Amino acid sequence: MNSMHLINQEVPLAWYLLLSAVLFCLGVVGFLIKRNLITVFMSIELMLNAVNLSFVTFAHQWHQVRGQIFVFFVMMVAAAEAAVGLAIIIAVFRVRATLAVDRIDLMKL
Amino acid sequence: MNGPLLFLPLIPLLPFVGFLLNGLLGHRLPKAVISAIALIAPLISFLIVLRDAFLVWSGSVTMPFVEQGAPAWISLGALRVDFGSVLDPLSLVMLLIVTGVGLIIHVYSVGYMHDDEGYWRYFAYLNLFLFFMTVLVQAGNALVMFVGWEGVGLASYLLVGFWFHKTSAADAGKKAFIVNRIGDFGFLIGLFLLLANFGTLTFNEIAAKLAANPAWTGGVLTAISLCLLIGATGKSAQLPLYVWLADAMEGPTPVSALIHAATMVTAGIYMIARTHFIFDRSPFALSVVAIVGAATAIFAATIGLVQTDIKRVLAYSTVSQLGYMFLGCGVAAYSAAIFHLMTHAFFKALLFLGAGSVIHALGGEQDMRKMGDLRRKTPITFCTMTTGVFAIAGFPGLSAFFSKDAILAAAFNSGGLGKILWFVGIVTAVLTAFYMFRLWYLTFWGESRNHEAHPHESPWVMLGPLVILAILSVGGGWTGAARFGAFLAPSVGIKPEEAPGNFEYLLTPLAVLAGAIGWFIAHRMYHRPKTADGLVPGTPAGYKLLAHKYYVDEIYGFTIVKPLLAISKYVLEWVVDVAILGGLAWFLAGIASFGGAILQRWQSGNLRSYAAWLALGAAVLLYFVLGPQIFGTAVPHIGIAGH
Repeated sequence: MNSMHLINQEVPLAWYLLLSAVLFCLGVVGFLIKRNLITVFMSIELMLNAVNLSFVTFAHQWHQVRGQIFVFFVMMVAAAEAAVGLAIIIAVFRVRATLAVDRIDLMKL
Repeated sequence: MNGPLLFLPLIPLLPFVGFLLNGLLGHRLPKAVISAIALIAPLISFLIVLRDAFLVWSGSVTMPFVEQGAPAWISLGALRVDFGSVLDPLSLVMLLIVTGVGLIIHVYSVGYMHDDEGYWRYFAYLNLFLFFMTVLVQAGNALVMFVGWEGVGLASYLLVGFWFHKTSAADAGKKAFIVNRIGDFGFLIGLFLLLANFGTLTFNEIAAKLAANPAWTGGVLTAISLCLLIGATGKSAQLPLYVWLADAMEGPTPVSALIHAATMVTAGIYMIARTHFIFDRSPFALSVVAIVGAATAIFAATIGLVQTDIKRVLAYSTVSQLGYMFLGCGVAAYSAAIFHLMTHAFFKALLFLGAGSVIHALGGEQDMRKMGDLRRKTPITFCTMTTGVFAIAGFPGLSAFFSKDAILAAAFNSGGLGKILWFVGIVTAVLTAFYMFRLWYLTFWGESRNHEAHPHESPWVMLGPLVILAILSVGGGWTGAARFGAFLAPSVGIKPEEAPGNFEYLLTPLAVLAGAIGWFIAHRMYHRPKTADGLVPGTPAGYKLLAHKYYVDEIYGFTIVKPLLAISKYVLEWVVDVAILGGLAWFLAGIASFGGAILQRWQSGNLRSYAAWLALGAAVLLYFVLGPQIFGTAVPHIGIAGH
């Protein structure tokens, strides 16, 4: 109660959302411009977590637990994704000996 | 419904069932079964008609009998079109002719078509024809009549083109259908005019409305009459739409007898008689009918003088006789016209079937120049044909003597052009006698000019119908025009001017004399022809003109068909189809492929460009969804504090 009060008083909702938006845009930009597959992957994680932040913020704002539950789901899926994604990355690296996204273009015409 | 059951709906339905059975299963059935199906249907229909006629005669049914409670076809506001049949003297006479002669010709066909591969198809079509013809005759309103009208045209097309592997037969079928289409167009316009002006298509209601308004004459009634007349000229092969009938002889001979002589081609006369209350209100339209009839009668008769194909002679004779009936209608002597329709159905069916028997005997030969001396080889055909020839020539006591006389007398007694029409009719009678006796001499007399064929008499299944029709041709007119007219009076009214003219007693001998003159000339020229191929008279120019049928086909071809074809080819095909429609299609296809060529660059295969477009798209979407809240209007208060 006390800590919530502290947040309420000191940090406005918009700041949280702004932070979330900034993180998300960083993720998008990183996804678009980075060449290394692992960095791209991390950018995706960053976007997911930016969304998580806004979920939590709203859950707190409206005093509803649903947003927090949703965050757990997202984290769970992200964990599974990380496991599968890293496995794929390692497999790709073994075959191609590179992690540059532009070079992994076997399916391109 | 009071009174005994008349089974009117069964009369068309039975042949229709026969058509379905033979048409759908016929190719798997043996010939005996096909014949049985095809014959039983018209037989029962004919018996029903006979029974109805008997009921009428015995007085248990009063005519006109209008069937009530029939299923509705169209029910739109005040307009109601139902399938109710009508039995009045006019439709009763027509039903007797159609089913009676139809039955006889069905029987004949069993023999005539016995060896044809399309046996089942033939009988299916023939039953289909009977179905539509009886629908036409029984119809209580003009629209159902039109259905039958179109239907008999279809059956006619199918049967004219029955031997469709022969180009000439297929072409003749198309010609018949297309020329009829022109007439049907007129009929249809007439129906629309009727509907627009009377609000109903039921004959009784139209008649009642006209009776209630004796002042309505001319004007739109003339227009309606003339439209109906165009329809009638198409179906009944009158000027200027008669050209299809001679070519229709490509069909099997019994078809020529049934459809193109006895029944279908008389539908136009029947239609005019059925709608006589409209024609009666338009003296102008009536005179047009009479002039068309008289002109056709003499025109076709002159062509018939020089034809060498036995069936074509009979075809032009049919056109000419139909002209007589139109003449009768045109002088408002409807009962005389229907009377002649009936006797004509008998003797012309007889003549056609006799010609079929001759053709059969000679193994398919139709050219009269290759016939001759058949009276010894085919005596029964000869006797029956002779009856028919004398009947059509108006020999006293035979059927056409009474009916033709009635028409000519009515024409003579009508005012205005009456005398001229009568004179044309008398000249036509001379010509008729001439070409019929020419046919008779060339076919049955003289030396045989065909040495390959071994003529043999036809089987009795063909001769029986000939004998029956010969009896009818003799006795068909014995009721007399006056009694027949009195019987028909409830349907078509009595001609007002029945007062005998001054020369009345001279008319009949004159008509007989006309026939005798024709016979005499034919006897002189053809009894012992000087040349093998018959006699070409000393006026080659006139002969050539007639032999080419006045070049009417050529004129139509040059003035109508050629321009139509040219318009179809150059305007419709090249301009409309190729340039406009094709160009439009190419244009649309060009847009699609050009656009595709540009848009395909989008599909780069670069993952990051896809992702960038995705992000951009999401951003644009967000802008449109949230933009008004963020930029357009005041920023809503989303702060937390204080609440």
